[in-house]
Amino acid sequence: MKVTPKKQARRTSDGHSSQNDGDPGRWNLRLYVAGQTPRSLTAFKNLKEICEQYLKGKYHIEVIDLMENPTLARGDQILAIPTLVRKLPEPIRKIIGDLSNTERVLVGLDIQPRS
Amino acid sequence: MPRQLRRNSKPLKGLQKEQTGIPGFDEITRGGVPAGRPTLVCGSAGAGKTLFAMEFLVRGAMLFNEPGVFMSFEESDEELATNVASLGFDLDQLIADKKLLLDYVFIERSEIEETGEYNLEGLFLRLGHAIDSIGAKRVVLDTLEALFSGLPDEAIIRSELRRLFRWLKHKRVTAVITCERGEGTLTRYGLEEYVADCVILLDHRVDKQISTRRMRIIKYRGTSHGTNEYPFLIDDRGFSVLPITSLGLSHKASNEFVSSGVPRLDTMLSGKGFYRGSSILVSGTAGTGKSTLAAHFIEAACKRGESSLFFAFEESQDQIIRNMRSVGIELEKYVKKGLLKFHNSRPTAWGLEVHLAIIHKTIADYNPSVVVVDPVTNFLTVGDTIETKAMLTRLIDLLKIRQTTAMFTSLTSGGHDVEESEVGVSSLMDTWILVKNIESNGERNRGLYILKARGIAHSNQIREFMVTDHGVELLDTYIGLDGVLMGTARVSQLAREAAAEGQRRQLTQQKQRELKRKQELYEAQVVALKGQFETERDAILRELDEDRDREEVVATQRLEMARIRRADNLGIKVDENGARKARKGTVK
Repeated sequence: MKVTPKKQARRTSDGHSSQNDGDPGRWNLRLYVAGQTPRSLTAFKNLKEICEQYLKGKYHIEVIDLMENPTLARGDQILAIPTLVRKLPEPIRKIIGDLSNTERVLVGLDIQPRS
Repeated sequence: MPRQLRRNSKPLKGLQKEQTGIPGFDEITRGGVPAGRPTLVCGSAGAGKTLFAMEFLVRGAMLFNEPGVFMSFEESDEELATNVASLGFDLDQLIADKKLLLDYVFIERSEIEETGEYNLEGLFLRLGHAIDSIGAKRVVLDTLEALFSGLPDEAIIRSELRRLFRWLKHKRVTAVITCERGEGTLTRYGLEEYVADCVILLDHRVDKQISTRRMRIIKYRGTSHGTNEYPFLIDDRGFSVLPITSLGLSHKASNEFVSSGVPRLDTMLSGKGFYRGSSILVSGTAGTGKSTLAAHFIEAACKRGESSLFFAFEESQDQIIRNMRSVGIELEKYVKKGLLKFHNSRPTAWGLEVHLAIIHKTIADYNPSVVVVDPVTNFLTVGDTIETKAMLTRLIDLLKIRQTTAMFTSLTSGGHDVEESEVGVSSLMDTWILVKNIESNGERNRGLYILKARGIAHSNQIREFMVTDHGVELLDTYIGLDGVLMGTARVSQLAREAAAEGQRRQLTQQKQRELKRKQELYEAQVVALKGQFETERDAILRELDEDRDREEVVATQRLEMARIRRADNLGIKVDENGARKARKGTVK
């Protein structure tokens, strides 16, 4: 299932039909962007690719456009754009940048141990 | 945004400034911080940056009705509110009134992984939303350094900060950005390069274990400003800067006099006392009664119903009241009436600047017409002569502008030439009274004289200075051939003089008696001589009478004989002379 971010504030992408957030094997990711900038699109594309490759079927992506919902920046302490927040599994991790460095994204998400 | 900028921009009329409302700061910057532009406030840890920034917002909201956003990178909302609550700022109320918005930005470096290009649009959006939600005119970013330590890739942060400052200008908000001071640089990350309009340095220096806060305007583009280091205070009412150095010699001179409280001292000062608004130095060694003179001066002011302020740096209020009661000066009733206020503190409690600041504030709050500082020399334990003199100059300027008459006591150490040791401050004073211990004949006596009194014809005589149970008394010293005598020497000299006087009086009486006796003697002699003369005169007169009688007899006999002889010379006059002539002629 392929999802591209559009003008909507939130768009979810489900790799799995289950909505059970408490599932320890489940990845809940939130991508903060500010408008439809090329960098945002790149970030989303990169994220999608990584998720498809490493977390297929157990991830959930929520895209938040701060241009439309600036108040949401406070909740996850967002400064940098784009920022990817790993809400689950805990602990919370933050990855900033356009996610073009796949290796660092994997390290940041704890998919791959720090070398 | 450009359209909005054009609409808001005003015709070129120099730099627009925005008052901060922080006491003193707007004076040294001649109007406040540049309006609609960012101002950088840098300083080391604990210099008061956050407080300055917070006051900028709180006072802006309370005094000028300008809402503000405080974006904190260091302290949480609760911490901030608690910290400033002790200064009497009720942040919660301001937040509830939508006058203030606190936004705590938390960055945890360990949580963040950088995976490619990014920008700080999130921060911009967040700040922009905060500004728009309450219509903020003022913004604080405290402390931006956190971005550098919290986020990777310094180059991105730098370019983003540059963009942020531009964006803030476009937003037409007046921003205060705080920064940590770096080693040898103003800010650790060189942020002063981006904020080019106004840079303020807060400094917290410790000298001789005493800390002083100082503020300096490093740069203020497009406007004149005070360039000195200004001391500032953080006390229970927040931040206050003291623009005292901006005062000059432009005060008015009063022709009115105020009494010194000692009638004979007034007499020495052409009968009226000191000029109102003048500064008086009373100097002397320990125990010469300087404080007592000061207490007299205070008492006189209180009796006139004028308010007075006593800055004591050696004794507590109770101690002064007790000690002055022992010499008959009752100060407590004036304290109760509210005419007299004491301000007691140890000189070592603060640095000079802070002392000055506190004196300044106390005077501004209480507005006294008479001030006593007892003693000023104690400040030398905190600063050197030059600093103390600078501080006193500022204090005197302040007092003169307020037309406050001030008496400063000064403790001179023994052994030095008093006049020499006072050079530091005496030149600032209008009237200089010296109280001196004069040691002679195994005792110490107090002498008082007026060294100078600008514009007052004053006595040049030393007076003996006595502290009695009814206050200070000035007595004339003995000045005679033997020099100046005081104390028992004066008393014994007076006794000697009295004795000599008695002796002289006796001598005079004796002479008078002798004169009288002589007069009597001569008078008696005159009487005797007169008696003798009268006796002799009587004898002579008697002889003369006998002679005449005899001549008459002779003449009669001659006439008788002529008649008998029938002589014809009847033309002969029968008077004494004729008879004699006739007789003589006859005899011839």
